[in-house]
Amino acid sequence: MEAIVELNHLRVEYRAPGAGQLKKIAVKDLTLKVNAGEVFGFLGPNGAGKTTTMNVLLGFVNATSGDASLFGVNVREPIARQRIGYLPELTYYYKFLTAEEILRFYAKIFGIPAAETEQRIDQLLKLVELEHARKRPLKSYSKGMQQRVGLAQALINNPDLLILDEPTSGLDPLGRMKVRQIIQRLKNEGRTVFFSSHELGEVETVCDRVAIINQGELKVEGPVSELMAKYEANLEQIFLRIIGYQEEAIAA
Amino acid sequence: MRTVLALAGVVIKELYRRKDFYVLFVLTALITLVLGAVKFFNDEHIVRYLKEICLLLIWVSALVIAIVTTARQIPAERENRTIFPLLAKPVSRAQVIAGKFAGCWLACALVLAVFYIFFVVISGSREHEWPILNYFQAMWLQWMMLGVVIAFVMFGSVIFAAPSSNTTISFILVIGILFIGRHLGEVALRQTEPVRSIAYTLYFLIPHLEWFDVRERVAFHQNLIPWSACGLASLYAACYSAFLLWAAWLVFRRKPLNV
Repeated sequence: MEAIVELNHLRVEYRAPGAGQLKKIAVKDLTLKVNAGEVFGFLGPNGAGKTTTMNVLLGFVNATSGDASLFGVNVREPIARQRIGYLPELTYYYKFLTAEEILRFYAKIFGIPAAETEQRIDQLLKLVELEHARKRPLKSYSKGMQQRVGLAQALINNPDLLILDEPTSGLDPLGRMKVRQIIQRLKNEGRTVFFSSHELGEVETVCDRVAIINQGELKVEGPVSELMAKYEANLEQIFLRIIGYQEEAIAA
Repeated sequence: MRTVLALAGVVIKELYRRKDFYVLFVLTALITLVLGAVKFFNDEHIVRYLKEICLLLIWVSALVIAIVTTARQIPAERENRTIFPLLAKPVSRAQVIAGKFAGCWLACALVLAVFYIFFVVISGSREHEWPILNYFQAMWLQWMMLGVVIAFVMFGSVIFAAPSSNTTISFILVIGILFIGRHLGEVALRQTEPVRSIAYTLYFLIPHLEWFDVRERVAFHQNLIPWSACGLASLYAACYSAFLLWAAWLVFRRKPLNV
């Protein structure tokens, strides 16, 4: 099976500010593969190194050692990002642009022909239910609406791989359902989804495989059903056990 | 190229959707029109002073727009985190620098065009002369000078994290170069070593923005500048801009951007 995302012995170190230039190890020797057509859940508590790993995949941060590639291309090459869509945890878009302008801007970057761009903008705004607000500047949008614009921009190039960083955080139940439906639809179309989330019930529903990391280290990886059978527990219980919380302690 | 142009388009949109340009244009127009309406000492050549004031206002306004617009580009992208969805696309950091530079420089061309049209109308209506080529040279050289300023501020914007600190430092340095730069050579001559060498080095290192200032020639109807001199000045500006943009890219290309 073709590996879409590949991490080989990835290590990321930071110089912690104000700590006498001490090094903080964000990711330790992380080796991971996400295959074509998979929905892969990347889990871990806050500060585990999930976002840092995504930052390396997206070229925001360089790895201290090890390799990271998308579609077999080193993530340092901008072309590695030609076939991906990325939805950040929070919305970060030019507030003076309208929804259709921001989508047109990103479509231009991907080199999508003008006629096709307009068609896709119509489809995507319909999908995220923002047709009525397409000509309004983003600064007038609610948080949920901005997140939906984020989802539309992540899909503008019809990506083969979608990287979602906690896609449902800050969304209302309806918005969450919409994101879940979109992930499911992409899965049915055979696309690959790599996403981090704290919503473990959601992960259990949509993911084929998951990886749990803690303090920068990969703790467990495998198909959701196999892990649940092995640990005889649901994903939330497995997660808590792996990151070191004892169920008795929680009960107490 | 399409990525650079797309990025430039966003910068231009930002400029005309903000109020900076409109405020500065209205102020320039108001000051010039009020001064033009008053007759001082029945001087027939008063229009020359009016032209000088109008050109000064155009210089100040264009500098303010160029510095403020450029200074906020990359720091604001980082502060507002709009840089993340952008760099998650097939966009290199060199393209970000080039696109931002192109956007700011083209936006300045639009700003200068509006200001100079106003200037041509005002001076032409008072003098009944239309030395369009002189005006074009003045505008062209000012635009070239703004290219150097924008590249300089762009370099600052990858070093300073806050738009405000970049704006302030850039203003001080650009105004310093414009006022003191031309005198550094003379100052160096009067010094002893090692100050002389330091002053000379600085004199030859800094971009001489004052060379692009032809306001007096325009106000006092002097002859056209030879086109070869204009060409050389443009080449000088292009070399400085390219060097500063390259330096900005060197700093920016390895800069970690943490979400």
